[in-house]
Amino acid sequence: MPPGEPFIRPDWVVNNLDVIWQRLIEHVEMTLTAVVVGFVISFAAALIIRRRRRATAAVIGVTGILYAIPSLALFAFLIPVTGLSFLTAEIALTSYTLLILIRNVLLGLEAVPPDVVEAAVGMGYTPRQLLWRVELPIAVPLIVAGLRIATVTTVGLVTVTALIGQGGLGYLIVVTGINGFFPTAIWVGSLLSIALAVVADFGLLWTQGRLTPWAQSRRSAA
Amino acid sequence: MTFIGELATWLSTPANWVGSDGMLPRLVEHLAFSGGSLLIAVLVALPIGLAIGHTGRGGRALPTLGLLGIVLTITANWWPPLGFFLIPTIVALVALAIPPIVTNTYAGLREVDPEAIEAGRGMGMRELELLRQVEIPLALPSILTGLRVSAVQVVATATLAAVLGAGGLGRLIIDGIAQQDDPELFMGAVLVGLLAIATELGFAWLQRRAVSPGMRPERASGTEPAA
Repeated sequence: MPPGEPFIRPDWVVNNLDVIWQRLIEHVEMTLTAVVVGFVISFAAALIIRRRRRATAAVIGVTGILYAIPSLALFAFLIPVTGLSFLTAEIALTSYTLLILIRNVLLGLEAVPPDVVEAAVGMGYTPRQLLWRVELPIAVPLIVAGLRIATVTTVGLVTVTALIGQGGLGYLIVVTGINGFFPTAIWVGSLLSIALAVVADFGLLWTQGRLTPWAQSRRSAA
Repeated sequence: MTFIGELATWLSTPANWVGSDGMLPRLVEHLAFSGGSLLIAVLVALPIGLAIGHTGRGGRALPTLGLLGIVLTITANWWPPLGFFLIPTIVALVALAIPPIVTNTYAGLREVDPEAIEAGRGMGMRELELLRQVEIPLALPSILTGLRVSAVQVVATATLAAVLGAGGLGRLIIDGIAQQDDPELFMGAVLVGLLAIATELGFAWLQRRAVSPGMRPERASGTEPAA
């Protein structure tokens, strides 16, 4: 960093609001794409394998191990195939959300008490009704917990995609900031991505409250 | 030439294995960064976790790259050669490693059956004996889970140190991208991936070995992001 350079130059921020805004939007788009695609795939996969005990155990075990692979390594594996592209970034980002989401959807469905399922079956619920009206509502807290972890993780990982030419706010941190010896961009990029992660986390928590009103009334009754 | 061919050529060049930019020195650097940071984190976090657990959650919104960058802006001028890569790397890795260790140590001690502690007291154990002979052994699965999560994250994240120009296996990936050297990039990714998985499995093994046979190791709550 150049000597005497302040951490933040307010004039740069003001003059570059359009650039910063564009990177922020890009960051949100990259995160949303990965989380939405990841959720759809995870949800379908979890419904397919949930009745098979062995498959469930295997998937939970394997996803836990794959989760250990560093993001940069995953990007690097894909570069010879898909190049330095948006697609490379999204494949890697989506894979991470899969690892978190499949696990949590399965755990959520597993957490449904057997008595409840039995009661519903006894009342004549078809398997489809059972799933949508009984099992999924009960699984909502664990599913949303998975979505929160996946979203916050993805917001962080999107910054790493700056190293393969993408990046959203990561572009400000790495290219403009670290490579360009410009602290302001590092601080702006970092603070905005933290803010984004926190906002997304609270947003999902709020959504969970709206989806499970019974949990709230129980809480206030207690 | 196909990628496989390029890879074979790259791998048959000795300099890519043991040269100063080769895989072996990078692996050693990577292990040194990771091991050093984990050690510092354990020294800081374990006593904190044990103290609050005996007498008395966290999310990780901060992206590691942001943390690296922020520390860099602070230390770069403060201590020129090392402040540029070594200090930001170690600070970021230690900061990453501390929360899982503290949280899991604390949670492990909280979950110790109060009756076991009562029994220990009844046998006349002092506070420290209680901690060493009852609480820590019972909390060990959880403590080791914290250590495993931290170790995996540190090994994974040490890759990013290369962004600041430090060594480690990330160097192979970053240089590979910059020079469009697919084999170098690919081998960097393979080594980092294997190292992370080996760390995960190694600590899982340690967990099975170290935990008293009377207790089943609890299933990892280890869903913390890899960087």
